[in-house]
Amino acid sequence: MQRIGVFICWCGSNIAATVDVERVADAVKKDQGVVYSATYQYMCSENGQQLIKNAIKEHSLTGIVVGSCSPRMHEATFRKTAEAAGLNSYMVEIANIREHCSWIHKDREEATEKAIILVRTAIAKVNLNAPLSAGESPVIKRALVIGGGIAGIQAALDIAEAGFEVDIVEKNATIGGRMAQIDKTFPTLDCSACILTPKMVDCAQNEKIDILSYSEVEEVKGFVGNFSVKIKRKARFVDEKKCTGCKLCMEKCPSKKGLDEFNMKLNKRPAIYIPFAQAIPNVAVIDPEQCIKLKTGKCGLCQKVCGAGAIDYTQKDEYIERGYGAIVVATGFKPIELNAFNEFGYSENQDVITSLELERIMNAAGPTNGVLLRPSDGEHPKVITFIQCVGSRDTSGCGKPYCSKICCMYTAKHAMLIREKYPDTEVHVFYIDVRTPGKNYDEFFRRAVEQYGVDYIKGMVGKVYNENGKLMVQGSNLIDNEQVLIESDLVVLAAAIEPEPSVRKIATLLTASIDTNNFLTESHAKLRPVESPTAGVYLAGVCQGPKDIPETVSQASACAAKVIGLLVKDKLKTNPCVASANETMCNGCSQCASVCPYGAITYVEKELRVDGKTELRRIASVNPAVCQGCGACTVTCPSGAMDLKGFSSKQIMSEVEEICKR
Amino acid sequence: MTVKEQCENVKRMSGTDVRKCMKCGKCSGRCPAFHEMDIKPHQFVSLLAQGRIEELLKSEAIWSCLSCMACVERCPRAVAPAAVIEAVRDTVIRAQGANGMKAEDIPPMVDELIPQQLLMSAYRKYNK
Repeated sequence: MQRIGVFICWCGSNIAATVDVERVADAVKKDQGVVYSATYQYMCSENGQQLIKNAIKEHSLTGIVVGSCSPRMHEATFRKTAEAAGLNSYMVEIANIREHCSWIHKDREEATEKAIILVRTAIAKVNLNAPLSAGESPVIKRALVIGGGIAGIQAALDIAEAGFEVDIVEKNATIGGRMAQIDKTFPTLDCSACILTPKMVDCAQNEKIDILSYSEVEEVKGFVGNFSVKIKRKARFVDEKKCTGCKLCMEKCPSKKGLDEFNMKLNKRPAIYIPFAQAIPNVAVIDPEQCIKLKTGKCGLCQKVCGAGAIDYTQKDEYIERGYGAIVVATGFKPIELNAFNEFGYSENQDVITSLELERIMNAAGPTNGVLLRPSDGEHPKVITFIQCVGSRDTSGCGKPYCSKICCMYTAKHAMLIREKYPDTEVHVFYIDVRTPGKNYDEFFRRAVEQYGVDYIKGMVGKVYNENGKLMVQGSNLIDNEQVLIESDLVVLAAAIEPEPSVRKIATLLTASIDTNNFLTESHAKLRPVESPTAGVYLAGVCQGPKDIPETVSQASACAAKVIGLLVKDKLKTNPCVASANETMCNGCSQCASVCPYGAITYVEKELRVDGKTELRRIASVNPAVCQGCGACTVTCPSGAMDLKGFSSKQIMSEVEEICKR
Repeated sequence: MTVKEQCENVKRMSGTDVRKCMKCGKCSGRCPAFHEMDIKPHQFVSLLAQGRIEELLKSEAIWSCLSCMACVERCPRAVAPAAVIEAVRDTVIRAQGANGMKAEDIPPMVDELIPQQLLMSAYRKYNK
């Protein structure tokens, strides 16, 4: 027979304003096993926890129920409290009377009734709880960073700085990501490459960091502290160890039809190429779609000219498998496709470009060597019109419902840089709202207007059309209630950003949750913003939500701190709420093994005494270090042999019964 | 009918949630009849949201709107200014007690590519 204490939290007015907490505490006083019940203003506070500890000792409690917020919030807190008072932490149950009750109801009477039922449900469960003890699993002291942009680079450098080994897996031929494509950064206007490339070099030179470029994650097994990851090293047809980055092959390559991805396909590149001058690793890669040798078997010119003998047309994809304790996802973003926005004429007019394309045109290493020339005829544009929110804040289905967050600032940056460099250029910006929260951000935007005379027009563009070689931009000027028509030479679209599409595959491999916009979900928006709900997986950069470089770097360092905190531990406590099979009931049908997402179930042949006879039986066996306690096997098992510790069928049914008593 | 009831009625008829509008003006930025309209497409949405239905009922723009649906097509928030204009137009015509359209007139003229609202509004305008 249990001796149960019930503790109802007011959560200030969060619960107490909607739920009569005293009535709840009173109502359950005489329930089975309950020997003590109390309420307190903030149960999670020092004093609240002391109240629980004292009650456990004074009333010799064997189990407690806390009626409070979601267990995701404070279950760990109250488990620690119980343990400090000598009670097994798995004898604690949380009744969620905040998120599941007070926050969603208005009627005090009904909410109180519901709170009583929820608390009774938890009491019913505690009556059947048994103390559980956590096992231990070792931690592999190596981290994996997926994505080699600024987020991945920063996370890797910080983790390596603490002395742990890190692998960066980057799907492209070089690390650097989107930041490498950017010309200048807001709000300081410092050169992006000048601050990024030293960090890239640091990565390459750091003994603890292994850069696996041109590689992709193919398979992930295991769990926090103990991941086993299969990585595909795509054939680049160039020996990474031999290539010196001399670029002679690039000069001699006769196939020059490939589109330069780094320059947003604004110019051509050879079939064998190094993405950009400061690439890390500074090693060539062959594009098999463009290479004449790989397609027809004739040519081989690059192999002939390569002094290092690095070219190898026979190279095949290779697979390596490594163990990691923690994984940082930093897969980044891309601008959205603009096919659905024909009103802006992006696909018909060469001189309607995206902001990232403008970034390359303005860059000294870009297709025009940094001279602002329009793509169609190489002329200097005299009138430039920017359109913001192209596909952002769009609930019509064509774009994205969210604000892409970076566009207001980079548009102000572009407008300002153009007016600075080419003062005779007229610059217009169509905006819906200008959003500039951030240190020195609004000051930056105001400089574009006040100092550089950029013409900001409140309103959206309805259509862009070509008339005698001029781009006619027709839009609203809502302040003056006018329709305006601007004859422009160049139109720049601030296209919405979306997570890099490969993140979906990564999320599936990691069983990390992802939202409807393909952003990875953090564990808690405020309290665990860099952790995925999947233990041991951390999120950095735009894969978690739109953000600029300062925020990305902060988040990456935060991830590194979390990873370091994990890797310094020699052992991790495992979750004792794992599945186990009742040997006499198991019929060895294998259904549980086929649904287990973690591969925790194997089968053993075992001699059992059944009805006085010895039989050799095939029985399910769960590896408690691998099992994550999801319960998929327990509901699949046709004979009811599988059960979950701490969440047994009996416990769940007792809860259901309690709810149905009403 | 009170002003509030009239507003609710127009909102219901239009099937549009005017609160979704984020005042970007893309509707008016695209409108080919903009210069002919005394009240602009974006103002129809805004005035209705403010409950200023009387101004809309008096507007000349309900007869100059082409019902071309460009505003509906372009709206990033799935608001339909043309549907609001159509609802106002309909309210005015109903108050006059005449519809001007016979049921049997419709079938031979229906083309599946033409938005049905365009047909309806055209009948109403030309029969007013």
